[in-house]
Amino acid sequence: MSTETEAPTIKTEIPTDGQTAASDELPSKGVASPPVFTARDLTVYYGDFRAVGDVNLDIGEREITAFIGPSGCGKSTILRCFNRMNDLIDIARIEGSLLYHDIDLYDPEVDPVAVRRRIGMVFQKPNPFPKSIYDNVAYGPRIAGVKGSMDDLVEESLIGAGLWAEVKDRLGSSALGLSGGQQQRLCIARAIAVSPDVLLMDEPCSALDPIATGTIEELMKEMKNEYTIVIVTHNMQQAARVSDRTAFFTAEADEATGQRRGKLVEYDETSLIFSNPNDDRTEAYITGRFG
Amino acid sequence: MSNTAKTSATGRPSLGSLQKRRTADVKGQVFLGLLLLAVGLAVAMVLAVLFSVIVDGLDVLGSRLWSFLSNPSSSDPEKAGVVQGIRGSLLIAAIVSVVAFPIGIGAAIYLEEYAEDNTFTRLIEVAVRNLAGVPSIVYGLLGLAVFVQSLRGITGGSSVISGGLTLSLLVLPIVIITASEAIRAVPSSLSDGAYGLGATQWEVIRTQILPAALPGILTGAVLSIARALGEAAPLLVVGAAAFYTTGFQGFLDQFQGAFTALPMNVANFAKLPADNWAGHAAAASVVVLVVVFFINLVAIIARARITKKLGR
Ligand SMILES: Nc1ncnc2c1ncn2[C@@H]1O[C@H](COP(=O)(O)OP(=O)(O)OP(=O)(O)O)[C@@H](O)[C@H]1O
Ligand SMILES: [Mg+2]
Repeated sequence: MSTETEAPTIKTEIPTDGQTAASDELPSKGVASPPVFTARDLTVYYGDFRAVGDVNLDIGEREITAFIGPSGCGKSTILRCFNRMNDLIDIARIEGSLLYHDIDLYDPEVDPVAVRRRIGMVFQKPNPFPKSIYDNVAYGPRIAGVKGSMDDLVEESLIGAGLWAEVKDRLGSSALGLSGGQQQRLCIARAIAVSPDVLLMDEPCSALDPIATGTIEELMKEMKNEYTIVIVTHNMQQAARVSDRTAFFTAEADEATGQRRGKLVEYDETSLIFSNPNDDRTEAYITGRFG
Repeated sequence: MSNTAKTSATGRPSLGSLQKRRTADVKGQVFLGLLLLAVGLAVAMVLAVLFSVIVDGLDVLGSRLWSFLSNPSSSDPEKAGVVQGIRGSLLIAAIVSVVAFPIGIGAAIYLEEYAEDNTFTRLIEVAVRNLAGVPSIVYGLLGLAVFVQSLRGITGGSSVISGGLTLSLLVLPIVIITASEAIRAVPSSLSDGAYGLGATQWEVIRTQILPAALPGILTGAVLSIARALGEAAPLLVVGAAAFYTTGFQGFLDQFQGAFTALPMNVANFAKLPADNWAGHAAAASVVVLVVVFFINLVAIIARARITKKLGR
């Protein structure tokens, strides 16, 4: 009997307890147990280029985790590992391990399509499909095989993304006619319509004005009750405002090759990172003397 | 130097530095003039061709339009018509649509979405690009060897099937190239969005990439049909008839029997002594132009409807 085809199950095996070697000295300390993601020595290569290496961190359940750091340090790269979007880049390759609730995400038995149904993603640039608002939200459930009317689901998702009031009278019109901030919330609605477990957001507010940004930040705080959220941001205040934990990455030139390689410098509760960072580089970055 | 000169002592830009330049931008104007000349020449040439065929063909088209369109070929200039050519050309267009479009678009999807980016794939791409430049007569020779001779049992020899398949080969590279380009132009943000929601590769292609690429693919398809409808040389090699009497043709003979096409009609009329057959070639050309124009029109309408449906 094969259950591999069942959409919601990522893998047939029942998670075995105790597989997560909870090495206490790793920068995952204090994450409410059990973690949603556990990265151990996670390293990503693009061809021969080692873009970011030896990342060790745990992502807490129903927490907002922020990734910050200068451009090119590998924040997006690590984020894309979490739902195997890196598989779509031919030359990308990973080493180390990444567990999702005790399941090895990169196990050959794991189906990346099933992973992405559980772990949704919101991109930097709002990317609504050239379809109606309704069809955008219904897209995920439809490809997941949900049949029949999706009015309720569409409404719920749009309410969840704080967009319902603005679009309820024009669900049939093109999503491309929405403003940038509305489009981004539509993308959030689209992502939560498949009831994911985790939402990955790569600079979701970078194309938005402060008001739209505020709306989305409020939304994230509400969504925290249901979802685990990982957000990449270049906005220090945003990380400080919304996140529970912050990971600071940086890129340093490798002595041998001279290539700039990303690494995780510090990972801790957001309040500690911003009030009392351990590492000088973190302090320099968050106070704006770096990057 | 002019910048510093026009900036006042305070370091603020003076009005002078922002003022429109008084001296004419000679080089810019000359360049613009050349561009206009090029556009004008191109339009003039097209108009001249159109004008001359219409004027030359007016004699025939004006005096007996219907009989010209509905009569078969004949040795009598008063009776000769192009219905066989129209029939052949439409059948060829149908064969090209059925054969070259699915294969070409399929190949493009494979090359763009599935094939690994390696030396072999790139070699294929280069080969396809080069095939698009191979003279059409060479395709005619290929068609003669393969469809007329080797596959005679299926095609019936020098038939519209052989002609259509030969022209399908001829336009295949064009279909592949235009479809590839249309697929490549679909922004990756669309496919990323769909993948991010758990779509499989096939779902992404079917629901995002193909709909978004369809207008471009259609444009390429129309170009190919127009190209196929205008070719005479490969058909000549494959053995399109100058004259044939239709008599009674059985169903299979429609496809496997003698055939001709509009460009063949044009060429044949043009070879005949000019005193009796002056306007016939031009009149047949007008028919080709009208057919191509209508196919274009259909494609433009289809394209507009798709684009509107996509909300762009
Ligand atoms: N598809 C790719 N192919 C090759 N190299 C890549 C690719 N994507 C990213 N890289 C490289 O990997 C490194 C990390 O990139 P990444 O996009 O993860 O950085 P980032 O921290 O998200 O930067 P930013 O803040 O500018 O978004 C960079 O050096 C980048 O050039
Ligand atoms: Mg990034």
